[in-house]
Amino acid sequence: MSILDNTSTTLRIATAGSVDDGKSTLIGRLLHDTKTVFEDQLAAVAKASRRYGDGETNLALLTDGLRAEREQGITIDVAHRYFATPRRSFIVADTPGHAQYTRNMVTGASTSDVAIVLVDARHGVLDQTRRHSLIASMIGVQAIVLAVNKMDLVEWSEARFHEITAEVRAFVGALAHPVPVTAIPISALLGDNVVEASSNTPWFDGATLLDFLEEFEIHPHVEVGARLHVQRVIRPQGGEHADFRGQAGVVSGGWFRKGDAVTVLPSGLTSTIRALYRWGDEVPEAGPGQAIVVQLDTNVDVARGDALVADAPVAPVVGDDVVVDICWMVERALTPGSRWWFKHGTRSGHATVTSIEHVLDPTTLGQHDTSELLLNDLGRVRLLLSEPIVADPYHVLPETGRLILIDPADHSTAAAGMLHRVGTPA
Amino acid sequence: MSTTMEHAQLSAHLDALTDEAITIIREVATECENPVLLFSGGKDSAVLLHLALLAFAPARLPFPVMHVDTGHNFAEVIDYRDQLVQDWNVRLVVASVQESIDKGRVVEDTGPRASRNRLQSVTLLDALAEHGFDAAFGGGRRDEDKARAKERILSFRDRQGRWDPRQQRPEPWDILNPRIRKGEHLRAFPLSNWTELDIWRYIERHAVPLPDIYLSHTRTVVQRDGMLLAVGGPVVLEPGETAFDAVVRYRTVGDASCTGAVKSTAADVHDVLAEVAAARITERGATRADDTFSESAMEDRKREGYF
Repeated sequence: MSILDNTSTTLRIATAGSVDDGKSTLIGRLLHDTKTVFEDQLAAVAKASRRYGDGETNLALLTDGLRAEREQGITIDVAHRYFATPRRSFIVADTPGHAQYTRNMVTGASTSDVAIVLVDARHGVLDQTRRHSLIASMIGVQAIVLAVNKMDLVEWSEARFHEITAEVRAFVGALAHPVPVTAIPISALLGDNVVEASSNTPWFDGATLLDFLEEFEIHPHVEVGARLHVQRVIRPQGGEHADFRGQAGVVSGGWFRKGDAVTVLPSGLTSTIRALYRWGDEVPEAGPGQAIVVQLDTNVDVARGDALVADAPVAPVVGDDVVVDICWMVERALTPGSRWWFKHGTRSGHATVTSIEHVLDPTTLGQHDTSELLLNDLGRVRLLLSEPIVADPYHVLPETGRLILIDPADHSTAAAGMLHRVGTPA
Repeated sequence: MSTTMEHAQLSAHLDALTDEAITIIREVATECENPVLLFSGGKDSAVLLHLALLAFAPARLPFPVMHVDTGHNFAEVIDYRDQLVQDWNVRLVVASVQESIDKGRVVEDTGPRASRNRLQSVTLLDALAEHGFDAAFGGGRRDEDKARAKERILSFRDRQGRWDPRQQRPEPWDILNPRIRKGEHLRAFPLSNWTELDIWRYIERHAVPLPDIYLSHTRTVVQRDGMLLAVGGPVVLEPGETAFDAVVRYRTVGDASCTGAVKSTAADVHDVLAEVAAARITERGATRADDTFSESAMEDRKREGYF
């Protein structure tokens, strides 16, 4: 998913779910019970808990770090936390549940391998549970952990747990891109089945949350062949490397090797890799996630925004007519004919909305016609780009299948977009 | 788990963090017109500068580094800074808090506990404006503080240099939005996802030079507010305080008036790694008096334009 790729065993996790379902408390519990909270942090949280009248030490304050969050007892923006057990390193994004902060949830979920969707056992599946599960599946997380929380408040009811689990499985199973769901009955507040197995759920024989996360195997993406969007041309222009010219960027989709033939897109010019460099040293090959410099055999025209592509089983598509699934993240509405800026890989330009294909109802998953997309809407739009991009459908290769839209009026990031189709106008 | 496997896992994790940081540095340096790298002489900025050199090799660093000099530095840190910019052939800009005081831009606190730490924000913002820097790389890490844990990798600052934690731009995936208007600027944090331990592993792997004060030495200190502060320079003994010699090292390097030492016999990077891995107190909690004054000290400073 992220540029922390699957060759690393680091697991990136995001929380998801509705307000007050216990996301921050769960992350606090996970950090606390894995002994990754430092003494001064715990003392500060205990002091703040007394100050805000939370009674016992409120573990949610470990991630709710902004003054406005602590005063209101809510999460406004995503917090990133890091912890490691003897088995694995983790990067955790604790995201907000409020609908108005959905854009921050998207930020946290976008780089995650696994989403932990929390549900309050008393309230069951809510609209935000569905919206967040839908976003997680659109973004392409590899697994959803359904954490049915506050089980202590429903007398550890096995029936209630299965009822909620069945409802979530049915919903996720009906998504365009279903994601495997693993359900765990927990109490984030008391710690049951988070790190330690609970004696309150004798009917549950699955793994605890931490066991699941430690053992989860990140599936490598299918090798479609190496691509690299050129970030910058490295030209020392003097000294002992005066004649050096190389293209810097990040590899995705496969491996480049010294001597490989490459094609420059969109131009179609071809060359051969003379040398590859990573961190200043020459390397024989370079693969997904690696930040490299490519030196070509011939002096072909390659600039920022162009792509270098190895001969590959699946060629990327070059096009300026794209259909994109988007999360709309600003107040200003997206309407047909409206103009935005886009950034895809290292290419930027103008994007004009040709049409809105549909807006998704996150509750029923129905696709409806609409004349505009509003803040927090999920929908599919067709865009005409001012520059062709070298891309893949998102579910073929996420790294080259995603873009953002920027509002030219105030420069805010307006949309996260996942390419459904790339083409050229007829 | 065998230690070999654990080592391979840690190594892969550091590889990925390194690639991520280099990618961010290249992207911001290419998208922005006039970037600068903020360099304090501390371990995080040393790692950041080392990564920046790797990012553009074999070309030279395409932007200068800037030190915001409080005038209350450890002498070893200034010597180290001057040696490093010479050895690594980078251009240094110094922004002086003393000059900001002399020009009346800021008013210095007085008294034995006065610190220039907070004054740095004004000096920093003035220097960014004076040189027309539109992006400043910083060595801030999300694991340092609960407010930093909330910040984006590419973080927007308005015309007054303010951070608004409630109005941050979404930052999906690794696609950075560098668009700003004149007078606004960006802060870029390539080390966002690094921990203190990751920093030391990188220092060990690449033999990054650091000021000597990061390793164990004997120093005359005073115990104040639960910290060991070096006596001399800005720190003057108050009535009832006694100076004594202790075997210490610094876990962070900042303004000498508010940066504490920790008792340590760690004589090399290997010892430091073992010490950091076993630590039960965060680095800022152990060494930064200014962060323990109030619950939201870092958030308040950051809103004003701090690093």
